[in-house]
Amino acid sequence: MSTRLPAVLAAVGFGLAGTAIAQGSTMDEIAKYREMLADGNPAELLELKGESLWKTPRGPKNASLEQCDMGLGPGKLDGAYAQLPRYFADTRKVMDVESRLVHCMVSLQGFQYEDVTRQWFSRPGKESEIEALVTYIGGKSNGMKIDVPARHPEEARMAKVGEYIFYRRSGPQDFSCAICHGQDDKRIRLQDLGNLTTQAGAGMAMSTWPSYRVSQGAVWTMQRRLIDCMRQARWPEPKYLSDSVIALQVYLQKTASGTVMQTPGIKR
Amino acid sequence: MKHSLIALALITFAPLSALAQSKPADDITAQAEQIFRGSFREDNPSYWMQRLDQDETMRLCSQFKDHPPTKVRQKIEKAEMASIRYPVDGKLIGDWKEGEKLAAVGTGGHIGFIQPDPPGRVRGGNCYACHQLAEKEVAYGTIGPSLQHFGKLRGNTEQIIKYTYDKIYNSNAFNACTNMPRFGLHNWLTPEQITHIVAFLVDPESPVNKD
Repeated sequence: MSTRLPAVLAAVGFGLAGTAIAQGSTMDEIAKYREMLADGNPAELLELKGESLWKTPRGPKNASLEQCDMGLGPGKLDGAYAQLPRYFADTRKVMDVESRLVHCMVSLQGFQYEDVTRQWFSRPGKESEIEALVTYIGGKSNGMKIDVPARHPEEARMAKVGEYIFYRRSGPQDFSCAICHGQDDKRIRLQDLGNLTTQAGAGMAMSTWPSYRVSQGAVWTMQRRLIDCMRQARWPEPKYLSDSVIALQVYLQKTASGTVMQTPGIKR
Repeated sequence: MKHSLIALALITFAPLSALAQSKPADDITAQAEQIFRGSFREDNPSYWMQRLDQDETMRLCSQFKDHPPTKVRQKIEKAEMASIRYPVDGKLIGDWKEGEKLAAVGTGGHIGFIQPDPPGRVRGGNCYACHQLAEKEVAYGTIGPSLQHFGKLRGNTEQIIKYTYDKIYNSNAFNACTNMPRFGLHNWLTPEQITHIVAFLVDPESPVNKD
């Protein structure tokens, strides 16, 4: 893979920038590239790292995360990601995979909240434990259906809050999520946009995160994805694990429910 | 004169607020707004946070998910039409070459702590994000309609030039809650920059029409 990668990257880069190549073949190149990486997604290395972080006793309490309850009971990870966010009685909060993971790192392992969330996403040369752990937890739902019916009153409330935010317009460009993600078969420049108000569109989007992003050279979690959407909307920066980002996830996962998870994904 | 202008502005905007307030207070809307506002980092400076403030049009478009009923639509369009300002020299058509550059620029205006634009970064119209324009640019988006041969199809009469300027300055004056930003209203583009984009669209020599 290491020898093929730069050549394909160059081809994709050229395809996007070149004027001579028709858009059809550009999209073909990207599809080909995704296919080539399908059996060698760099995110798989991160999954392994996440598994080791999950199972190794760490932190002031020298505990592993194996007793962490991601919603299906302590240590039960199979299918947990596909059913998040959900309401947790112990915290009386609707939590997504990341807020629940951080909760476990603080309560079970004894880490300080500020310490575990400092590197919530990776930068070149600075790896993120959260990214690795979320990739591992996500992989445990691979092949399973997204199932977030939002039946608990708190979950139903958060789904409504998420829908409100999805359509809320503000900022110097009058943006909302819906203006780019509210219609079928649209593109921004050459990038296809999913209609996140439909099961098919939300399913396509939600089933493939966490995802290795070629343009970033890193795996992005859903928090990272949505916080960057708000940057693109020219809004100020949300807090990591804030309720807005969790609410949007409830709304999108509810809409996507029934779609089979294919994670970790690989994207532009 | 000044007084009558202010009075006019009040008349134009008053019915909008009345409409918004006549709706029964929706509990989830108030909760959602509070949750949204509370979700941003405390160290965002207040002039960044102001970007979350909604004017009446934003509020109504959000409330009706961008499909307002006819009455609301008409009120929005009337109020937005009244916001349009023109360049001091009154000339609405500029240099298409400048317009061509602005149409391609998609940077500017990003804030936050992760990946903000560097200070002074040029803001463009980013027209190609959503519209097909010159034939040679194949990397165009499809959120808006194709504008290829805009001038060739419509001509470049004074009426068309004014419509084009007005539409870019304030898209909501013609189509309430459209996806298209109000470039002039927000000072995202200056009136002069808008005249350049007008030229890019209507000038017979522009690649939008020539190719």
